[in-house]
Parts: sequence; C-alpha cells; structure tokens
Amino acid sequence: MTVDLSLLPDGGLHWLGASGDHAGIVLSSRIRLARNLAGFAYPTRAREGERLRVLHSLRDAASKLPSLRDAAIVRVDECTPQQRLLLHERHLVSRELAGLDRKDEAPTAGAVFVTGGAGLMVNEEDHIRLQVFRSGFDIPGALREAERMDRELGSELPYAWHQEFGFLTACPTNTGTGLRASVLIHLPGLVLTQEIAKVLQGLQHMGLTYRGLYGEGSDVLGNFFQISTQTTLGRSEEELADQLVRVVRRVIEREEEARRVLLRDAGYIIEDKLWRAYGTLSHARTLPADEAMNLLSGVRLAAGLNLISGLSVYTLNKLLIFSQSAHLAQLEGRALTDGEANLARAKYVRQVLANEARLAG
Amino acid sequence: MVCDQCRENDAKVHLTQIVENAVTQVHLCERCAAERGIETSGSVEQNPLGDFLQAVQQQTAQYPGDASRCAYCGTSLRDFRSSGRVGCSHCYGAFEQSLRELLRRVHGSTRHQGWAYTARDPEIMTKELTLQELRDKLQRAVQDEAFEVAASLRDQIRGLE
Repeated sequence: MTVDLSLLPDGGLHWLGASGDHAGIVLSSRIRLARNLAGFAYPTRAREGERLRVLHSLRDAASKLPSLRDAAIVRVDECTPQQRLLLHERHLVSRELAGLDRKDEAPTAGAVFVTGGAGLMVNEEDHIRLQVFRSGFDIPGALREAERMDRELGSELPYAWHQEFGFLTACPTNTGTGLRASVLIHLPGLVLTQEIAKVLQGLQHMGLTYRGLYGEGSDVLGNFFQISTQTTLGRSEEELADQLVRVVRRVIEREEEARRVLLRDAGYIIEDKLWRAYGTLSHARTLPADEAMNLLSGVRLAAGLNLISGLSVYTLNKLLIFSQSAHLAQLEGRALTDGEANLARAKYVRQVLANEARLAG
Repeated sequence: MVCDQCRENDAKVHLTQIVENAVTQVHLCERCAAERGIETSGSVEQNPLGDFLQAVQQQTAQYPGDASRCAYCGTSLRDFRSSGRVGCSHCYGAFEQSLRELLRRVHGSTRHQGWAYTARDPEIMTKELTLQELRDKLQRAVQDEAFEVAASLRDQIRGLE
C-alpha cells in the first residue's frame, strides 16, 4: 500500500507560518501530552494484535470527535523509509516511531493523525503522544488547544489513570501530566557573543532542558535550540508551561540584547559575515546539510537585523525544513545519494532565494 | 555521616542555617533534603535520561510490598530497571513502592497536581482491575499448587472476560 503524504492538511506544517509573537526568534511552540489507554499493555510490551486494537480504537474515537474528525491518518509502518524520514523532518513523527534507529523498520501499527495544527502519534513509547504546534511564541495557545483535544479524546476512550500519580506513562519521567512544553528557538546572537553556555546552564537551574532541532539526541545545528520543560509531576500543566514562558521570555530579551551589542561593537564584521552566508546560499552549486543549516542561520540573523530586506521569515522557515534530504528526494522524485542531495539542495535554495529577491525587487 | 532527619541514609547535603543569630549545621540525605524543599545541585540534571536510568538502576532494594514481576504484562522489576520503562498500567501497582520512590527522586513529588480525569466508563477500569487482581491470585494459586482455588479463580475470570 502506498501512502500519499500530499493529503496531509497544510502538509502538517502549519507552524512554519511565522505568524505568532517573536516569530523571527521563536520558530514554533509545542505542547506534547503523553497518554495511554486503560486495558492495554504499553506499545513496547504489547503484542501486535494489541497494538492494532489500540490503533483501531483511536481511529473509531477520532471519527466522532470535532477536533480529529478530519485528521489525515498515516500508517507509519506502511510508509517507505523516505516517507518516514519526511514525516520526521516535519516534526510529526519521532525518530523512534519513524524507525530511524532500528534498521529501517517502523513499529507495527505505528501511525500519526495529522490535523492543521496538531499531530497525534500512535503506538510510540506510549499509546498516544498528542502534539499541538503553534507558529511563533504561543505556549498558552498551544496548551489551550491541547487541553481541548485531550478532554475530547479522554471522554471517548478510558485513559490509564492513577489517583495519586495522575496520567500513567511507559517512562516514569513523563508520569503525572505527561506534559512537555517546548519552543524551537534561534539564538545566534547569544552564540556569537559566547553567552550561550551561561544561558543554557541557567535553564537547567530553572528545571528546564535543551536539545537540538530534532529533539532527543540530536545535535545543535545552525544555532537552533529546543528549550523544554522536564518535570511532569507535582505541578499543574499551567504552572509547568508558565515556567517555560517566563524563562523563554528572558532568553528572548537576552538574544535581542546580544544582537544589539553585535551590531554596535562589530557592525561591519557581522554584516560581512552574514552577506557572505547569503552569497554562498544564493550561488553555491553544492551544499552539504550541516553547512546549509549554518548559512541559513546567518541569513536568518541578517533578516532579523534588517540587514537583508525582502526575505520573509516564512521563506526562511520553509527553507529549513524543505532543504532536508527526504524533502529533496521527494522534490526530485527519486532517492538521492548524499552527493546528489547536496546538488539538489544547492539548486533548491538558489531558486527559492532568487524567487524571493525577484518578488522583493 | 548519617542523615540528621531519618538517621538511616548517608548525609549528602550539608546546610549552614542561621536562626536567630545562632549558626547551626544540618546534615541531610538527598531524600530528606528534597522533603524539606531544599534544592541541591544533585536535583539539577544535566542529562535527564542518563541520570534517570542511573537512578533506576541504583535502586537495589526490593520493597517488601512490590512484586518481582507484573502479573498482567510480565515485565519484571529487573526489566524495568534495565530499560527505565514499565510495560503497562498495572506495573504501577506491582512496583508501586519502587516507583513512588523513583518519582520522588525524578520529579521531587509523587502527587499529580494537574488536570483531573474521570473516565467515561469507570466500569471498564474497575473491571480491568478486578480481572487483574483475579489473575494475580490465579498465578499465586498455581505457584502454590492450590489447584481447587485456581480452578474457581479461572471460572471467575472467564465470567468477567
């Protein structure tokens, strides 16, 4: 069976819209809730039949719920490896559910339900991983939507629940609220002024943690960080989310301050560096993924400092996701070797930037 | 040095308190410190999953009330300690004391303070629990070779299923 990913609402990329607060610095805000269904073993322990029953119960329930009725349902275990990578590049499916850590094998009955602003992973570490995405800095908005969807789903299906511990999850690090609130944030100013280590250390003192662009175990590339909550028990969802909001607000201020300092003290050096990044992206004939990410970070900073005009944040967001290898393979309509992907990436980035310049011109 | 509060564990947190101009030294184990709401650098985790797994594995004591294996899904306490994941909701009952201790270490609390949940059909959950208890009893009866009891339990389980 083949899966047509073009049927995903908004391509599952609503959050790239660059519409929310501080969208130049905060790419997206995300709320994740981990839930399990009562009466079934958790996915890693469940037999195939049980995993299928979980998926079927969720599909039946979703068809009755306003928030999930129109969701596109993608069976990850029926996707090609390239399609699974593409879903992962869009942040809709974790590495684990995409089977990227196991030799190209997706877990049985693994699936993702995709709506405009949300995705529901099925049979990942827990039966349900609900993710709500918002463009820009909007944790409260994402939390409200997650709560609404969670209440609908929880009134249709019995969740695994414990009077004292709250919502039960496969890993005790998620027990209680099952909540992880996070932002995907671009901090080149703090990296260039070498203040980033202090800021990251500060996060940990506030009970928060950070990762790279693609979550757990991923490298920090292009100065993109995911800052997220860590604790899930002993405090309410609102308190946990609010803690993240307060700290991230402070991080944004420090990033803005760092950018002002850079411009004031090293104006032409920064300007030169960023224009060179733009020059390379606009003209290179081959672009490795890591290099592209770092150059895109520079151009994003240049746009934020108003050094380069006519380059929308939306286009920059889109470049970040669509210049990744599975997206390029889809664009070219075939599997690509690394070398071919580098050529395709350079071509794609060149075209997008040329188009944008024409529109602005 | 032994913890001033519980007199059981090693004191890891050494506090200098000034109360009404008198300086006192308090020595606490991490658990008692956490109970008093004292944040230690140990509670700030740099590598949450790694530290968490270490915390799971360091728990060597088996609490008397805990089972060695979950009767519902078959996960053993050893499986849980090596993977850091439980196999099903019933594991929370089977390994309740170990888990409570672990949750306290990881989150600093064991009590959910978030959204309340009422299952749509609480009977399903009650039935699941009853079934679970019956299966536990059945397993124990078989182990003890109490076959008459086992047969009656098996009939009850079939009735509920």
